[in-house]
Amino acid sequence: MSHRRVAVTGIGVRSPIGSTPEEVWDNAVNGRSGIGRIACFDPSDFTSQIAGEVKDFDPAALFGAADARKCDRFAQFARAAALDAWRNSGLESFGPVPERVGVIVGSGVGGIGTFQEQMKTAMERGPRRISPFFVPMMISNMACGHVAIDLNARGLNYCTVTACASGGHAMAAALDAIRLGRADVVLAGGSEAPITFMALGGFCSLKALSTGFNDRPTQACRPFDRDRDGFVIAEGGAVLVLEAMEHARARGAEILAELVGAGMTSDAFHITAPAEGGEGSRRAMLEAMKDGGINPEEVDYINAHGTSTQLNDISETIAVIEALGADNARKVMVSSTKSVHGHMLGAAGSMEAALTCLALKHGVVPPTVNHENPGEGCVLDYVPGAAREVPVKVALSNSLGFGGHNVTLAFRKYTGD
Amino acid sequence: MSLENRVTEIIVNKLGVKAEEVTPEAHFVTDLGADSLDQVELMMDFEDAFDLKISDEEASKLQTVGAVIGFLESKGISV
Repeated sequence: MSHRRVAVTGIGVRSPIGSTPEEVWDNAVNGRSGIGRIACFDPSDFTSQIAGEVKDFDPAALFGAADARKCDRFAQFARAAALDAWRNSGLESFGPVPERVGVIVGSGVGGIGTFQEQMKTAMERGPRRISPFFVPMMISNMACGHVAIDLNARGLNYCTVTACASGGHAMAAALDAIRLGRADVVLAGGSEAPITFMALGGFCSLKALSTGFNDRPTQACRPFDRDRDGFVIAEGGAVLVLEAMEHARARGAEILAELVGAGMTSDAFHITAPAEGGEGSRRAMLEAMKDGGINPEEVDYINAHGTSTQLNDISETIAVIEALGADNARKVMVSSTKSVHGHMLGAAGSMEAALTCLALKHGVVPPTVNHENPGEGCVLDYVPGAAREVPVKVALSNSLGFGGHNVTLAFRKYTGD
Repeated sequence: MSLENRVTEIIVNKLGVKAEEVTPEAHFVTDLGADSLDQVELMMDFEDAFDLKISDEEASKLQTVGAVIGFLESKGISV
């Protein structure tokens, strides 16, 4: 089946390693970590006390104090990222048909900070003191709602909620929407603001977070390393402008990369553990390559989900070997940029998609930092320590979420063809 | 501080408007940019600040700054 091609024409980010594509790229390539001791509340009672926080974020300066007060931090990240992506793509000055512009921004949990605060108010002062803004601030789809209002984007608009795969699913959904002709432009991405008492505590209880590096935060996220001991929670938002290729070309847009395919599968196995041998992730990669017309030997780079948990890193490694075949897997570069920005949960998929596009554009593969001694069975080329300047024509980006959700996005370098 | 000043301060904090915009004639929706949700929160703030209960029926009539001040005075509120 032939369908419309989809270009990436804009990127906006709010992340622990920067708030512009340039800053994020510079820090990722140079392995500068955005992970530190949690500053937004006292984490002393938690087993994991570190996170990737977004520094110097001032929504009041962007949207006004009264507006900022009525919008949860997760949605503010999405709004700021979307606005930047919109401007970055040149669409703000071009002025596309509003009814042909969609927004799909995912989030794992939405406004959990708002929920926590309002629950406390309600318990202390009674139900009559629950804010009328509680529900609209908390619900996960409100990031999309706000972005639509901010940009007058009047086309399709919804939210994907698949835990740590939410951002990946948003990108895949946007690809489908443009291919099917439901929209010409979709702002797609994810956002999350989980550095809260309840979310941190919940992930600590799941034994999912790193606990052994509280005194050395920048070393805590060590994907595929022998001493990895869990993921590092992080916050932020990343939104990409996906656009029908002919629409982008007609207006002379700069095309950063081409999104050529997506694969989506379910483990149907366990609520939090990945399927044995990364079976679901393997099929997602295979589906994405098939969808994008990519042969396994063409894949130069995989931006791994690479959370730095024992289970993820070994199962994802096996999945790569089985999806690409042993010979191709030996040659492919696999890195996890979570090693510097942490796990942005619902924003991870789009943050990493953005970095994957930048890798294609610049011909540089960002490294996995803290990968010092390969973990047992971790036998791939994880691009340890230093970035690699090398032509990258085809890249995959994996996102895997609690619930057994697997998404792989397939990108090609745009060469003008 | 007068009752007017206290009411003005609450409205300024909540709606992010300038104090000089908060005149007795100012309408919350058409002049001060509030929506129905902002108005619900404002009533909560007035209840907290002046330690009284405002029923939904009473609240529905409080569409201007002057109406709020008049209502508070009628309840014997002073600061």
